[in-house]
Amino acid sequence: MSATGKPRSVDRRRFLTDTARMAGGCAVAGTLLAYLARDARALPAEALRPPGALPESDFLSACIRCGLCVRDCPYDTLKLAELGEDGPATGTPYFTARTVPCEMCDDIPCVEACPTGALDPGLKNIDDARMGTAVLVDQENCLNFLGLRCDVCYRVCPVIDEAITLEPSHNTRSGHHAIFSPTVHADHCTGCGVCERSCVLPDAAIKVLPTRLARGSSAEHYLKGWEEKERKGAPVVEGIIDLPDRMPEIPGTSSEVPAFEPAFKLPGGGQ
Amino acid sequence: MSAKTRLPVGQEAIQLKGWFNAHRFLLLRRLSQAFFLLLFLLGPWFGIWWVVGTLAGSRTFEVLPLTDPLVLAQSIVAGHLPEVTALVGAVIVLAVYALIGGRVYCSWVCPINPITDAAHWLHERLGLQKGWQPKRTTRFWILGTVLLVSAITGTVAWELINPITMLHRGLIFGMGFVWALVVAIFLFDLVVSRRGWCSHICPVGAFYSLVGTKSVLRVSAVNRVDCDDCMDCYAVCPENHVISPALKGKDGETPLILSPDCTNCGRCIDVCSVDVFAFTHRYDNRAKKTVSTAVDAATEQAA
Repeated sequence: MSATGKPRSVDRRRFLTDTARMAGGCAVAGTLLAYLARDARALPAEALRPPGALPESDFLSACIRCGLCVRDCPYDTLKLAELGEDGPATGTPYFTARTVPCEMCDDIPCVEACPTGALDPGLKNIDDARMGTAVLVDQENCLNFLGLRCDVCYRVCPVIDEAITLEPSHNTRSGHHAIFSPTVHADHCTGCGVCERSCVLPDAAIKVLPTRLARGSSAEHYLKGWEEKERKGAPVVEGIIDLPDRMPEIPGTSSEVPAFEPAFKLPGGGQ
Repeated sequence: MSAKTRLPVGQEAIQLKGWFNAHRFLLLRRLSQAFFLLLFLLGPWFGIWWVVGTLAGSRTFEVLPLTDPLVLAQSIVAGHLPEVTALVGAVIVLAVYALIGGRVYCSWVCPINPITDAAHWLHERLGLQKGWQPKRTTRFWILGTVLLVSAITGTVAWELINPITMLHRGLIFGMGFVWALVVAIFLFDLVVSRRGWCSHICPVGAFYSLVGTKSVLRVSAVNRVDCDDCMDCYAVCPENHVISPALKGKDGETPLILSPDCTNCGRCIDVCSVDVFAFTHRYDNRAKKTVSTAVDAATEQAA
């Protein structure tokens, strides 16, 4: 009994120590790997994912790094991230708008090519793609904002007059010109990056950023009164009094605007 | 015997069978490795797009999808349900390797194999010690860890450091810093651990050994009665613990190398001067009988 019992317990001890050692080693290695995995989630702002790409965290679980999207892109837009560059997770596809933007093919071959659905096959209309959002990041250098008619970003935009419009306003510097400010409407912007690529400045004044960086968000409970009014077709609060607007007094125009007169004076109040 | 063991491994086979026949499967294997790499490079190098993609996922002749099943498994445990194309591709790969032996991938396809083989060759030439030898079960632990980390972090975790797909992708799409990873594995096998990477660490090999547990294609020590204990097969086999059960089995015990660790590389067939080994299928249990039992059988029949 004891003769058979002893080696068995030694076996068990060895099994337990071996298992503990392996488990410990794997815990260390696994932690390092998990750290790497977490690190790889930080997608740099200038690296944009192909159209239809799932949200970054989902994308990293779905993309098998096969490169089929890169091969089927007819414009040399997509690249696979290489090991060691401080960029997207190694092997995943991305593009840099300033270098080669997305040309927004009607048949979306990259999405067609993706075998796993990391690029959502539900994306049928390229205008629904949201690779990022264009932002006019530098009004001080933008030629249109300086009062010139550059308009390049506006004119190259594949979703012209919807994603980017030119909003005229008075040019107070010259006094008799207009400023046509390029204005991005995020609802229509696909984030293709053609505007950024085409900006004539040495560094683009309009850039496509990941939406998380490009946009704020509206609080859920925040209602816009004018929209609510339009939806209801009537003032939201019945019988609300519209008080007269009080205009600021501008010197030299007092002849047209009556001088300020308090609505009532405090009794016995001095001037 | 001692004079014989001092001969370089495979020397006898070369003398008896000729250099070419003593390197048949090694040459075939190198050709196969080059062939599969070239298939992927035909497109980027010559514009012949028969095969598009990488070992992680590819499309052949615009119809046949192939997917690395381990990468897909990580994707699935990370919480993504892949499209049918990728699933079909993985099933095809699994079916093929389940038939021909999972670790055929390791020895006939994987681009890291020539690297670790080169490290082993240099290791032998320099006469280095075998070094740190982690348990063979280590790779299964790593495989489990990889899947666990994938599940926890929601990423395809092993692909962050997988030298196989990284090297393959590097050759096809652009290297980046991958060469450093390859050098690291070469040095690991050379000075830290003989045959360390493929035989002890790599979770891909572990995965494919599971796939090929019941594979049909097997090496068999059919002529084990002729074995003259030169030990060349042990010296040349990257997983030499698989040999003994087959080679040293008694009559009635199977001569088949049934261990899923066997990579079906065929080097044992090459280096054996008396042709003990041969490729066969797993239902082929025939083995040349020892002389005494053969006589017994003959007398029994005669009686």
